[in-house]
Amino acid sequence: MVVKNQTHKIVILGGGTGGTLTANRLRRHYRNHDVHITVVDQDDHHVYQPALLFVPFGLAHEQEIVRPRHRQLHKDVEFVQQAIDRVDLDRDTVVLEGGRELPYDVLVVATGATLALDETEGLTGPGWNERVFTFYDLAGATALEAALADFDGGKLLVNVVDLPIKCPVAPLEFCFLADWYFNERGIRDKVQITYATPLDGAFTKPVASERLSTLLAEKGVELVTEFNTGEVMGESEDGTGGKLVGYDGRELDFDLAVVVPLHSGAAYVGRSEGLGDDLNFVPTDQHTLQSKARPNVFAIGDATNVPASKAGSVTHFEGEVLVDNIIRFLAGEPLAEGYDGHANCFIETGFGKALLIDFNYDTEPLPGHFPAAVGMPLLKESRLNHLGKLMFQWVYWHALLQGRDIPGIGTTMPENGKDHPTDRTHEEITV
Amino acid sequence: MSTATMAGVEVRLNEEGFFEDPTQWTEDMAVEMAKADGIDTLTDQHWTVIKFMRKEFFEKGTGPTVRVLGKTSGVSVKDLYALFPKGPAKMAARIAGIPKPKGCI
Repeated sequence: MVVKNQTHKIVILGGGTGGTLTANRLRRHYRNHDVHITVVDQDDHHVYQPALLFVPFGLAHEQEIVRPRHRQLHKDVEFVQQAIDRVDLDRDTVVLEGGRELPYDVLVVATGATLALDETEGLTGPGWNERVFTFYDLAGATALEAALADFDGGKLLVNVVDLPIKCPVAPLEFCFLADWYFNERGIRDKVQITYATPLDGAFTKPVASERLSTLLAEKGVELVTEFNTGEVMGESEDGTGGKLVGYDGRELDFDLAVVVPLHSGAAYVGRSEGLGDDLNFVPTDQHTLQSKARPNVFAIGDATNVPASKAGSVTHFEGEVLVDNIIRFLAGEPLAEGYDGHANCFIETGFGKALLIDFNYDTEPLPGHFPAAVGMPLLKESRLNHLGKLMFQWVYWHALLQGRDIPGIGTTMPENGKDHPTDRTHEEITV
Repeated sequence: MSTATMAGVEVRLNEEGFFEDPTQWTEDMAVEMAKADGIDTLTDQHWTVIKFMRKEFFEKGTGPTVRVLGKTSGVSVKDLYALFPKGPAKMAARIAGIPKPKGCI
């Protein structure tokens, strides 16, 4: 199917982390007359999403974390600002709102995840953005900053409705930072912080879950597990507090609720026959990143259904594999099964410290050091990790989005430096 | 792994009581497991969910989550909790003889 001396058309849907780094990597690989690269997005605001966590606490502000999308793209990548109506897989064509059509040889779906606020009864009803907030978008995080500043005490309830969500550790980080924030304000003893999760522990993976549960307890955050939010009542009859009602009948009272809503893939995926699953995520091969819809359709980042965290680090590590496979595909070569599920997350724990976790499809987050035996401590609070988290925004804009490799940090998960449970057993035996 | 006798047949179960081999399952076993879980009678709606979960499992390799069940099975999430009070995805999967739906990461 590949004809020589023809300019291939690569269309990338989404100008966020995945779309931008894919476009820039491809652009640097191909000469301009070999491929034409188009990136489509409905707006021109690229938000550095990891900083949304810091906005409610006054530690980051809109002007520092939003940049124009088109400015992050190589000058020889075309940026089209328009909403997407649908993808017509049979005609290899993207149809934009307004009717413009973009035919493609290779399509990359990089439109991330969206917040499905309407799927939770009462979430955006009475009390929304007054007593019930989310920090998972910029408007919500900004509104929450004002509400936290006015909060003088009472019950703060942090709730994850259900997974998958972007950055599954962010709600825990929110609890840790809230503990720090109210300490700084001298009213920690007047604030009761509760974390309610549908999981049976603080986190999905056992070793990290145990460590994070301990941290919650140390910081006086109450953990409520297996709580499946059925309804949000943002205003009680007497107009004071609200409550979350679980499907099992349990009720959790709050004065201020921070809810992480359900996530779905982009709406146009649902309008594109054969492209997405029941939640509008794109069924994708977890090692090659080729979609299961068509051989010439690929997906990256939060938009896929691969069993990895929906996180920027995952998207970054996927990027190298994705670009390699697009190049192979256009050359008629077999794809490489290069992606191992590698994820790497700083977990802010407050008071200028952070944890670091590093894992992949097969290895859960373990203690040790990253990227090798000498390096940043894993699963352990340290100031170095906190500085790493802060420094990362610079790396994001200047290296990651440009599609450059970050020195010392490879696509596949490093084994060296991790303390496996079997290693510890071995130590116990030999000591 | 352990074994249990259900409807007169020996079946293999994992440590959480889920079937190791979904093909060993029969409808009589579902009735027995439901009883042990406090559901005296499996109604038509219960069977709709159980059959839907098995169909999804054999097509996709994993059972659906509660949210997907609510969107696609024809039974609302609220009703799913009424039918399977101990958590629809886990409880229905066990009774349907399929592995625990894969948790999200």
